[in-house]
Amino acid sequence: MTQFLFYFLSFVAVAAGLMVITAKNPVHSVLYLIIAFFAIAGHYILLNAQFLAIVHIIVYAGAIMVLFLSVIMLLNLNKDNEPAKSNVLKLAAAVAAGLLLVTFTGTLKGTESIIASQPYDDQIGYVKALGKVLFNDFLLPFEVSALLLLSAIIGAVVLVKHDLK
Amino acid sequence: MENISAQLTQVAPLEHYILLSAVLFSLGVLGVLLRRNVIIMFMSIELMLNACNLLLAAFSAFHSSAAGQIFVFFIMIVAAAEVAVGLAIIVMIYRNIHSIDINELSKLKW
Repeated sequence: MTQFLFYFLSFVAVAAGLMVITAKNPVHSVLYLIIAFFAIAGHYILLNAQFLAIVHIIVYAGAIMVLFLSVIMLLNLNKDNEPAKSNVLKLAAAVAAGLLLVTFTGTLKGTESIIASQPYDDQIGYVKALGKVLFNDFLLPFEVSALLLLSAIIGAVVLVKHDLK
Repeated sequence: MENISAQLTQVAPLEHYILLSAVLFSLGVLGVLLRRNVIIMFMSIELMLNACNLLLAAFSAFHSSAAGQIFVFFIMIVAAAEVAVGLAIIVMIYRNIHSIDINELSKLKW
């Protein structure tokens, strides 16, 4: 059952990812990307990473994609007037991405020996365990990321302000 | 809970997770190379970031180590900051040249 779920979610993620880059209308691309994100959240649940799954849905599907949609609506881009690239360029892009995939697949050699470590700890995905690691071992990166978010807020406001004296 | 932990190895072997992440990452690269709309290129970058996140979470689960999941958490923070600033830049570009076609944004090219 869970095995079937894995392959189903993988199929949904890859199909939605394919639709993101082929859809003509940017709004449709955003909606397909949301489907892909939900499939990835399902993968996180299958991996026992419940906290990550919830944060993923809140941050990506809830905040980032709403931001994308609002910018597309704000700039009135919800029509397909994008000029297509020439066929030679399309073929070159497909060949380049395909070669990259072949290279990645080559790295699979040798990973057959990696199996789930024993004893398996299924509690690491919960808020309690993750919070202990985050606030003990990763306290400094956590504080620095707060600064990063603050600078991103200030940067976004400064960039779009009209008459900044 | 023992039920779920016993099932982890039966869900899928690690190489299937690596393959899925590789396919998603390549789709993101293909989107950046193929499209001319800056917003869709931006969404392809999000797809690539998510492929990396999925791979980190898979390795974290297979090694029973929480560090991988913390890294996914930080990548999400960086992605949120990147999207906020990036979309502000796109809005600014659209205000100035009334287009978000990547071929119009070639002033830095010599």
